[in-house]
Amino acid sequence: MNAAHRIKIGFIPLADAASLFVAVDKGFAAQEGLDVELVREVSWSNTRDRLAIGHYDAAHLLAPMAVASTLGLSHVRAPVVAAMNLAINGNAITVSPDLHASLVAVADGDLTDPSVSARALKTVISWREKRHAEPLTFGMTFPFSTHNYQLRYWMAEGGVDPDRDLRLVVLPPPYMVENLAKRHVDGFCVGAPWNAAAEGMGVGVILHPGPAIFHPAPEKTLAIRQEIAESEPALVEALVRACLKAAEYVRAPENREEVAALLARPDRVGADIQSLRRTLDGRLPGIVDETANDLIFGDRISGRPDAYQAAWLYAQMVRWGQADRSVEALRVAESVFNPAFFDAATTAAPVKAAPIVAFSGSPFDARDIDAYLSSFSIRATR
Amino acid sequence: MKIVIVDESPIRAAILKEGLREAGFIEVEHIAERHSLLKRVYAIDPDVILIDLENPSRDELEQMFQVSRAVRRPVAMFVDQADAASIQASVDAGVSAYIVNGLKKERIKSILDLCVSRFNAFAKLQNELERARSDLEERKTIDRAKGILMKAKKLSEDEAYKLMRAVAMRESRKIAEIAQSIITASELLK
Repeated sequence: MNAAHRIKIGFIPLADAASLFVAVDKGFAAQEGLDVELVREVSWSNTRDRLAIGHYDAAHLLAPMAVASTLGLSHVRAPVVAAMNLAINGNAITVSPDLHASLVAVADGDLTDPSVSARALKTVISWREKRHAEPLTFGMTFPFSTHNYQLRYWMAEGGVDPDRDLRLVVLPPPYMVENLAKRHVDGFCVGAPWNAAAEGMGVGVILHPGPAIFHPAPEKTLAIRQEIAESEPALVEALVRACLKAAEYVRAPENREEVAALLARPDRVGADIQSLRRTLDGRLPGIVDETANDLIFGDRISGRPDAYQAAWLYAQMVRWGQADRSVEALRVAESVFNPAFFDAATTAAPVKAAPIVAFSGSPFDARDIDAYLSSFSIRATR
Repeated sequence: MKIVIVDESPIRAAILKEGLREAGFIEVEHIAERHSLLKRVYAIDPDVILIDLENPSRDELEQMFQVSRAVRRPVAMFVDQADAASIQASVDAGVSAYIVNGLKKERIKSILDLCVSRFNAFAKLQNELERARSDLEERKTIDRAKGILMKAKKLSEDEAYKLMRAVAMRESRKIAEIAQSIITASELLK
């Protein structure tokens, strides 16, 4: 191999960036002839902007952000390629003990059923409105995030309009628990290890693991600047190969202890080793069906980016007024989840992505987004 | 024109505020605390928001584009595709700006340029402070090593210093490094 290719990659300190960390720290990237510099970021906005102006060649990014950035939905048009799904699922919805008690009191069935909890939420909100109480406030991590769509989808199925009936606020994940404890928010949707942390401290009750709302949900992507993807496809393929080897390493039970210790390092996630270990095991306390919350690190099948996933994300953006409905925009969105690099890296026969299935509502059909969207009575009007 | 500075560093915010005032921008407010950031921004209703890039609250501000129905005026992030150089300069300096739609481009550019120069000036000041601090540390180390040599080898202060300098030159290392070795060695030999 010639002199190593240097690449700079931005990341947010979260457990679901594990494949990137392991690719670098266990030498899988070096084996592919890559000299990777990982840079810890403080906000998704920064990551996106630094990727846009070329400070980074690639980034650990919220999957919807790759689509939004390419479409220029938040005034920054920065085309990227989602070369690999780094993580699928991994979030959960947690509420305060007070709100949980209210939901229990009005629930017309088993509260672990999202249809029941969403209807209960609607009842609690109507009751609060009658008493002129402050609207409920829920936290999520970014407007273009699966967290946002999970909260909205769940509520809307119970008849709650997330833009009218309550407040949704953005909070950085490390501040979620504190804000719940101080009653600044009544609930949130966030990734690991913050749900477990809230429940552990007794300030929150985990209501639903993300996959109970819809799954498998594309969560984090390996976003590559389009310029790099076009000029150096071999580099992208090498990076995907390194991340796939790393994902295999992360998944092997005998490596969990070592990976948890690696994630705990202050220059990586910097959280406590026990909750990271629990995350890798796919366990959340209080959830009966332990496999339900499995955070999946993209592998040779689930790691493959698929236009279908991009179309689904785009449909959520249109539903909530973040994007305009147009055939061209849909085509651009679909092109972001480009499996060419992944297929070249794996040299395996391509496998189509599994359909994304929600707990209720119309099934998603990428060829008929209009029918899908108009089946929802609650959606943003633009 | 109302300007809000979101920065956890009170010194940098003060430097920026002063610069803006000199440039004729009188209505400048500083928000340091993270809690209820959006509520305060809505209450002030600024035309321009300046935020340091290391501030995790940036993601919170981004939400304003989503809930524009709730705000009187939409706030747009200033990333003018045509003026890549000044965006590059601002990100390099570590500052980002959010601007209300419809402001004149020249005015935005003058504010942004001012931010960049003040942020860079602050970084330079911090580097100088850091250097002054480490210079002081080095001098203390050298003094201690001098004392050890004077006692152990019965040298004058000047001779002790010259001895360290000679070794440093021979090994092409810094005097402070030699001094540190002497201190470490003498602690080991205690």
